[in-house]
Amino acid sequence: MQKTGKIIARKKYSMTFAITGAAVFILGWVLFYFLDPAVFYDLGLYVALVGAAFGLYGLRHLTARQYKGIDVEISASTAKRFLTNNAIMLALLVMVIVIMIMEPRFMKLQVMLDILTQSSTRMIVALGISFTLLIAGTDLSAGRMVGLAAVISTSMLQTADYANRFFPDLPHMAVIIPIILSVLACAVFGLLNGFLVAKYEMHPFIATLAVQVIVYGVNSLYFDMEPNKSQPIGGVRPDFVALGQKKILVIDGVFPGISVLVPIAIFFVILIWFILNKTVFGKNVYAIGGNREAAVVSGVNVFKTIMGIFILASVLYGIAGVLEAARTAGATNNYGNGYELDAIAACVVGGVSLNGGIGKVSGIVSGVLIFTVIQYGLQFIAVSPMWQQVIKGIIIAVAVAIDLSKYRKK
Amino acid sequence: MGEYILEMNHITKIFPGVKALDDVSLKVRAGTVHALMGENGAGKSTLMKCLFGIYHEDDGEIILDGKPEKIMTSKQALDLGVSMIHQELHPIRFRPVMENIWLGRFPMKAIAVDKKEMIKKTKKLFQEVDLDIDPEVLAGALSASNLQLVEIAKAVSYNSKVIIMDEPTSSLTENETQHLFKIIRQLQEKGCAIIYISHKMEEILKIADEVTIMRDGQYVGTWDAKDLTTDLIISRMVGRDMTNRFPPKAYTPSDEAVLKVEELSSPLPKSFQNVSFELKKGEILGIGGLVGAQRTELVEAIFGLREIMEGTIFKDGKTFKIKSPRDAIRENIALLTEERRATGIFGILSVLDNTVIASQRKYASAGVLNNRKRIDAAEKSNAELRTKTPNMDELIENLSGGNQQKVLLARWLLTDPDILILDEPTRGIDVGAKYEIYTIMHKLVQAGKSIIMISSEMPELLGMSDRIMVMCEGRVTGFLNAKEADSVQVMNYATKFMQ
Repeated sequence: MQKTGKIIARKKYSMTFAITGAAVFILGWVLFYFLDPAVFYDLGLYVALVGAAFGLYGLRHLTARQYKGIDVEISASTAKRFLTNNAIMLALLVMVIVIMIMEPRFMKLQVMLDILTQSSTRMIVALGISFTLLIAGTDLSAGRMVGLAAVISTSMLQTADYANRFFPDLPHMAVIIPIILSVLACAVFGLLNGFLVAKYEMHPFIATLAVQVIVYGVNSLYFDMEPNKSQPIGGVRPDFVALGQKKILVIDGVFPGISVLVPIAIFFVILIWFILNKTVFGKNVYAIGGNREAAVVSGVNVFKTIMGIFILASVLYGIAGVLEAARTAGATNNYGNGYELDAIAACVVGGVSLNGGIGKVSGIVSGVLIFTVIQYGLQFIAVSPMWQQVIKGIIIAVAVAIDLSKYRKK
Repeated sequence: MGEYILEMNHITKIFPGVKALDDVSLKVRAGTVHALMGENGAGKSTLMKCLFGIYHEDDGEIILDGKPEKIMTSKQALDLGVSMIHQELHPIRFRPVMENIWLGRFPMKAIAVDKKEMIKKTKKLFQEVDLDIDPEVLAGALSASNLQLVEIAKAVSYNSKVIIMDEPTSSLTENETQHLFKIIRQLQEKGCAIIYISHKMEEILKIADEVTIMRDGQYVGTWDAKDLTTDLIISRMVGRDMTNRFPPKAYTPSDEAVLKVEELSSPLPKSFQNVSFELKKGEILGIGGLVGAQRTELVEAIFGLREIMEGTIFKDGKTFKIKSPRDAIRENIALLTEERRATGIFGILSVLDNTVIASQRKYASAGVLNNRKRIDAAEKSNAELRTKTPNMDELIENLSGGNQQKVLLARWLLTDPDILILDEPTRGIDVGAKYEIYTIMHKLVQAGKSIIMISSEMPELLGMSDRIMVMCEGRVTGFLNAKEADSVQVMNYATKFMQ
């Protein structure tokens, strides 16, 4: 490659970012304490956050192995590459700033906390579905499994004095038992997905479409049993609801607290990152996605890995379903409908390739966050839901087009 | 004889790392059959693909009917009167035969395809070439030989001046071959020139007027067919300088057999049948034969990738069942596949991931990988083979073919195999890297490992093997001691059922 632009030593480059980041970070805190909260709300915190991101970027370049000794080139072509690689992120940033100007209340810390809370269950579904995308498959049954887990868990966790109990004579049991049962129910269908795909080499689109329909049918049958007869499940026990609604780290007057869903989602993000990057199973997932034939030749147990993928994914959907039920303190058989499409879209926007083998947890996380921010932000400035749909669709198309053009240039 | 209808002058084609064609010329007269001959990999197909617009020559000129032409696409080639019957057929199996023939130039009636006209045209065409096939039957329902004949009819339908036939008789019976020759004679009478590629000597001597021979991407010469004999052709195809292309041997294989294969047969009747052989410890056993001799199928079956109907495999004197590559790897057998891109590398993964994929369990406890161990193993193994890569995180698809091949060898060496099966280990890599791979092979047998090497390159087969097993049409036709063997003997065995 011909280097035409200005060359800067890697060390200087990283230090610039680290120092600017630190300065902006401090500036943020200063602003936070000195700006009028009635006008600027928590703007200072956001500025500090941007500073922290800059600083971390600098530190990463200072320490990471792959950048060692390679100088940075700044020219029209590298700038263009930076813009294409981060187009979605930059667009998001612009959008956030525009919304903040139009509606300053968007600067409130509470907004960010809400976004994180809303992202939590979607994040868990997206992490599950990403495994199936990594092997160039898909999983259409995700949303219906969320619904199944929601219905099963709430059906066994109603207060004793609730009038329309699903199981009128069910004794009081530990919260964990219905949770495990509902996750297991999902795992059974995950096993079916995996078996159809691995044993009969069925395309996951078809296999999971069939299972999606089956899961919904089974769930509806269960939901329609006497005496419930398809009534929405209510009267959910408060100790279960706490799982989705409890706030932690509340400091009166200072910090409104974070929903317990956020640390739960973070736990699963770390867990999945670990599985994908640090285990034989994870490496096999990438290998099968990268070149299935070569994986067979290399002695990868393709059958076991595919079974594992679909079971693990269904367990995650089950957990998301349980949390969703707890968050909303209720369930119907239509819970989770369409979640799989949102999750797939988030993964794809986050850089997961539908051709398999390419995708990182960090990408999935940003993909999910981007979608929630957009949805929340558009609601915030009162864009009509119909326009929201149009905008969401455009974002998916543009994001994937940019992503593909990145690879095509090679 | 007539004027030249086609002249390809000084054609050079370079692929990354390999000069596939080096100053090759081909001159074809109107109304003649011109045979193009050479070993596998001599560059015949590459030359024809340049003519047909699939590849673009880097240097040289193509003159068609007196006019120099730059052929960029197959469509253009067809418009210029050049058509090609490919070695491998790719019919659209779920569409009728006639749609396969007229694809891209359907007879139209306003905006709709004129089905009646299409049937009529197809019937007329089939009459011309004396074929009795219903135009509306699905292409997938035809036998391989009928498909081949349909493909020939299709080439005729373009009214081409030049028709390229790449191994047209590979799936034809004796009678059908006679039928094909009749069609060829008809075409000749119409003034059409035919470029005929085949390994079958007898056919060539019978049908061809002139013969051009290529070797290693270079032009050897053009002769009148009546001046040639089978032996002359073979010696011109393979006769080349063989000094210093292989490292010196410094080992002797032992007599102990590590692998014994008895009467191995595939369930497919056209694949390998009743194959028996022994592989000695510290030996390089070469497997020779032409494309289609089922050598790859045989080794893939031994590695658990293909079904075995009958026969036994003994490793170190014990029989064992192989159902999948995992079983073979457990028995310390490794297979470097022929198609590097399709079944070897994971293009979008790093050199590191590519190197350790077959031996992952060694670096893990309870399924959790130890990254340090993986990197160490990959670095050590690649350093031994002198793989050139910027670092272990580089994507393997950014490496050259030779270095990719080394990474794949490194992958298998990490599984610590007793037996390495190498299927065309030096295909598509340059001379320097070839020599390095040969050196590695020698080191491995010196260390007591055994190698089975499939090679379609005659000098490689003769220069690297201790013994050579030759196959023809799925059967073993002979064993040769490489020291005493020459290429003519190998060729004779390799074409045993074709002469």
